[in-house]
Amino acid sequence: MTEMVKADLKNEVKNAQEYFENTGMRVLICSGTGCVANGAFDIFKKFRELGADVLYKNEDKKITTVKTGCHGFCEQGVFVAIPDLDVIYVKVKADDVEEIIEKTLKNGEILDKFLYEEPKTGQKFKNSAEIDFYKSQTKLVLNNCGKIDPESIEEYVYSRGYEALEKVLKNSTPEQVCEEVLKSGLRGRGGGGFPTGRKWQFVRANDSDKKYVICNADEGDPGAFMDCGIMEGDPHRLLEGMLIAAYAVGSDEGYIYVRAEYPLAVRRLKIAIQQAENRGFLGNNIFGSDFSFKIKIKEGAGAFVCGEETALIASIEGERGMPMPKPPFPAQSGLFDKPTLINNVETFANVPTVILNGADEYKKYGTETSAGTKTFALTGEVNNTGLIEVPLGTTLREIVYNIGGGLRNNKEFKAVQIGGPSGGCLTRDHLDMPLDYESLTKVGAMVGSGGLVAMNADTCIVEVARFFLQFTQSESCGKCIPCREGTKQMLNILEKIVHGDAALKDLDLLEELAEVVKLGSLCGLGKTAPNPVLSTLKYFRDEYLAHIEGKRCPAGVCEALKIISIDSARCVGCSKCTRTCPVEAISGEIRKPFVIDQEKCIKCGACIPVCPVDAISKN
Amino acid sequence: MGTSTVDNKKTENKLMVDGREVSFSDEKNLLEVIRKAGIEVPTFCYRPDLTTYGACRMCVVEIDGRGIQTSCTIKPEPGMKVQVNTEKTRKIRKMTVELLLASHDRDCTVCAKSENCDLQDLSKKLGVRDVRFESRKTNLPIDDSNPSIIRDPNKCILCGACVRACREIQGAGCLSFVNRGSEAQVMPAYGKDLREVDCTYCGQCTSVCPTGALRIKSDIDRVWEQLIDKKKKVVVQIAPAVRIATGEAFGLPYGENTLGLITAALRRIGFDAIFDTCFTADLTIMEEATEFIERFKSGENLPLFTSCCPAWVRFLEQRYPDFLKNLSSCKSPQQMFGSVAKKVLIEEFNLNRSNEEQIKKEDIVIVSIMPCTAKKTECRREEFQSEGSRDVDFVLTTQELIRMINEAGIDFRHIEPEHLDSPFGIFSGAGVIFGSSGGVAEAALRTAYEKITGKKIEKVAITEARGLHTVKELTINIEGHDVKVAIVNTLSEAAALLERIKKGEADYHMVEVMACPGGCLGGAGQPPSYKDREIKERRMKGLYDADVHNPIHKSHDNPEIIRLYEKWLEKPNSRTAHELLHTHYKNRKRILGEIISLASAEEGEVVTDVQVCVGTSCYAKGSYNTIDALTKLIKDNGLENRVNIKATFCMEQCSKGPSLVIDGEAFTEATSKKMEQIFRDKILSKYAAKS
Repeated sequence: MTEMVKADLKNEVKNAQEYFENTGMRVLICSGTGCVANGAFDIFKKFRELGADVLYKNEDKKITTVKTGCHGFCEQGVFVAIPDLDVIYVKVKADDVEEIIEKTLKNGEILDKFLYEEPKTGQKFKNSAEIDFYKSQTKLVLNNCGKIDPESIEEYVYSRGYEALEKVLKNSTPEQVCEEVLKSGLRGRGGGGFPTGRKWQFVRANDSDKKYVICNADEGDPGAFMDCGIMEGDPHRLLEGMLIAAYAVGSDEGYIYVRAEYPLAVRRLKIAIQQAENRGFLGNNIFGSDFSFKIKIKEGAGAFVCGEETALIASIEGERGMPMPKPPFPAQSGLFDKPTLINNVETFANVPTVILNGADEYKKYGTETSAGTKTFALTGEVNNTGLIEVPLGTTLREIVYNIGGGLRNNKEFKAVQIGGPSGGCLTRDHLDMPLDYESLTKVGAMVGSGGLVAMNADTCIVEVARFFLQFTQSESCGKCIPCREGTKQMLNILEKIVHGDAALKDLDLLEELAEVVKLGSLCGLGKTAPNPVLSTLKYFRDEYLAHIEGKRCPAGVCEALKIISIDSARCVGCSKCTRTCPVEAISGEIRKPFVIDQEKCIKCGACIPVCPVDAISKN
Repeated sequence: MGTSTVDNKKTENKLMVDGREVSFSDEKNLLEVIRKAGIEVPTFCYRPDLTTYGACRMCVVEIDGRGIQTSCTIKPEPGMKVQVNTEKTRKIRKMTVELLLASHDRDCTVCAKSENCDLQDLSKKLGVRDVRFESRKTNLPIDDSNPSIIRDPNKCILCGACVRACREIQGAGCLSFVNRGSEAQVMPAYGKDLREVDCTYCGQCTSVCPTGALRIKSDIDRVWEQLIDKKKKVVVQIAPAVRIATGEAFGLPYGENTLGLITAALRRIGFDAIFDTCFTADLTIMEEATEFIERFKSGENLPLFTSCCPAWVRFLEQRYPDFLKNLSSCKSPQQMFGSVAKKVLIEEFNLNRSNEEQIKKEDIVIVSIMPCTAKKTECRREEFQSEGSRDVDFVLTTQELIRMINEAGIDFRHIEPEHLDSPFGIFSGAGVIFGSSGGVAEAALRTAYEKITGKKIEKVAITEARGLHTVKELTINIEGHDVKVAIVNTLSEAAALLERIKKGEADYHMVEVMACPGGCLGGAGQPPSYKDREIKERRMKGLYDADVHNPIHKSHDNPEIIRLYEKWLEKPNSRTAHELLHTHYKNRKRILGEIISLASAEEGEVVTDVQVCVGTSCYAKGSYNTIDALTKLIKDNGLENRVNIKATFCMEQCSKGPSLVIDGEAFTEATSKKMEQIFRDKILSKYAAKS
């Protein structure tokens, strides 16, 4: 037995304050996965080397470089923020560090070239209050991300960390905690949107000698990185959320099931758990109460289906990650057949805010039925991509045009895919629809975990559906027949369509099959796998028909459907192309425009480079 | 003690199925309730005796307020309104079958499971007439390495019944799922073949398989070859459980004893002499009861484990070799028949024959008809072979017998029953009940009681030994001594019992184990019985009825057995009896793996052979480092072309690893540190001396 440590928040706060007083001027270097990939650690090292003894303006103010979590604006990384100067530098490289130290830190000079430039106007902005990407966001969950060092418990405590935990342990019964969370309107952020407080009450109500709390951190949707951002940027917030949940449901043991592809998150979680244990926030008799709780980390082996709760439980138990039919629900019989609470990372991360500010305050954000904020991973063809947080009910227009800064190169907006491979697409018609649980479900999409991929007119919607089907098919666990065989046959049909080999009856079969896969599959993966097909068929049926009947890809993406043609206005009738063509598909009279016989053409493209006047193109 | 259960008053509840009221009480799930209502909800993956899996989605129903649910996973609740055939459920069912057919090897006409295949059956019943999807038929390799079982992944529908059966019934877990999505497959771990894993050949995987993906390896054609060869004298023995299951395939009631019909059919097929394994079951009892009495008196090697079931024997050898001393040294009845037939029967045959008519030993062929797939492997054991010939040459399962009858065009139901041949055609009722779990123990106790006490046993039927429960316990008082007996069927239950014995929580004197549920009557060689629990119950009744109708109830009262001892064997456990009727066992607790060659010497050089164990225990103790050190030493001394290094699996020295062998000499605790010394003494010195 390790020696019991009694947590003392007052003392911790005092220590944290001292710690902060000693840091002086903070230079924050974003060390989220995106920025790390762009060289954040090199920059940090350079700052430490060159700026170790630097004092601001050579005055008495010491400089401290701090690695933080994600700022969200990943495509502008590496971010270097200096809050005392109210400035954010973007796209910083290791080679820039010396200049920043010399000019900004030693002399207080703001360097224009590192400021964010608005792509449309070319205007430069100095801080997040001025930058569009940040202006329309509301950060509750991500509040600490980018501001504090995720590897320092002092920084979390300084930001009122573990205050919510102390509050519930000292002032509330577990029932009251469940009630408060229910009242706040917080709903599951992992996709389903089930009221969190209700779920807690179910687990609470099940009598058992042992209960578990599991954090589902197996974020696997292509293009989603919200949970990653939270775990890397503010891991203690997650631990605190789990602790409060464990107290509420009556559990003494928790697991964080995190995908092994998030090594940075795993590392920071491990550090956070160690720190929390050392300070007595985790362990036996926390804050002197009867409540004890420990957390273990279980790294997933890379199966998407393990994000499904019953498969996740099987995986923790050491079995192959395959879902089980529900009922029984995990709340009744979950991990090792004990009542188990499973919530996603973001759900837990909301809990300290709910408790600290109270349910009423929390409900002020979001809509009547969808309270609070939601993080999204905004990617695709918008100007500003990254990790964002907005109140639920924010319109798509606000996200795409204000936060996202509109589409790149001023292209026309076509659609967004929301909710990853389980979600659906939203079109121009939905730009002013509020993004909340009910509205999205109504139009065949879902909040899902929060992937938002913006598409312009150059995106082939059939190809998008094919992409997602390929993903779900290869990630299906193979247990139930509709998912294992059905998604494979859906994919076959979609492949036929993008290759121009499909007939109209194939489209009918695709729709019939999609319906069966949706109705008949065992778990959420299969049940939602047809969504990308069904929703694109709903809104872009013409595009499918163009591929099938016209053998044409309107977006010009599908390689097999491209045709090679000669621009008769440009063609000088030199016949060079005719001589190159391996299948004698090109004919014409000399000095008159030549034509390509599409029946014969094999689309090899050999004629294109030989044309002296660039009259031949593939489209 | 005993098996009596308190009959709880069941509370009757009601729910609605397709608008009709159906009552239910303790049904496991909605599916069972619906079936009770006379609607055969289709399923591929549901097996009443295994855990519910919910994967095939064929049993979907619509429940008011709860939408589409799989009826196998839903508990019936009072007042539930259930609809079985709705537009949606029909669509799901039909398309599911269509999807399966698209990825299935549809050579149904030549499939061994044709007409007994659930996929074929349901596609017919649901009216699937067209497969609109692209064929995904694959040509995956077929695993026929196992002597009893063939695994054909091209016919697998991934219902997981075999995975569950192997794990839950036998506790073996030889089969599992691999890969994802449409690439998913069922196979042994690490892609090993079925010969290389802890398979006991029980074949339960084949008996729960709804298609031809796991099937019994057939010996029919080889038996036909023997029958056609006029030189051969083909002798057949019929196991107890065969007689009460064969009729099922010909539309006769479950459990009907068709021994006379089987005999008549076999004679028409062309077998030269037809005998009964029940005869050697009686012989087994004579030997085993004597063995038991000796052990009981001396108190040594108790409990005595029965040894009739080859899957159980294999299981002990592989998983619990420490218990091999408890296993009865008696051969199984099948093998006793083989050895007696090849020694005694041949002489009896030749007794009244002229010199020209004498049958030569090599011309006698012994065929068994067994309810069991493990018997196919048992007869291949080296202990049961002499001078290159097996005591039992071929084993056919009940299913194969049925096929042979059909191949021969015999109208099984309408032929006249016939009698067995003599001398091995007379048997007691004790021999017949061998086919049921508890039968061997009951038969042994009948004889042991009378042998010890010299008195007639009052009640022949020991009912506590009977029934389909997986564990039965009974105590019988013999001359003031309590004899404690445990009767177990399924190997997972056997493993649990062994663990209890290990911990000193059980003090039995005799333990009967049968690997298959219900004993041999539920063997994998029998027609599949997974659809209805009643099938096994009726088969069991058929066996005990045969005992009742038999005038002889005790093995030692069998006049042919008495004659056999008088004429040939002297007395039970005599020297001759031991030579002919007893065997020995072997620890097989090791990994069978291919030897991996790491370095090869050149030809013509003076060569040193080194084998290093890389089994789990040696690996954990650093055998890889040993190999590294050895390789470096060889290189540093310029001996690269003179040493063969091979990685092997398990030298049975696990506690003293890493183990290695140099030119036949074994070394233990050969860590990388010690390697230099060993190398200098055993390898380098060899070459130094030469030069």
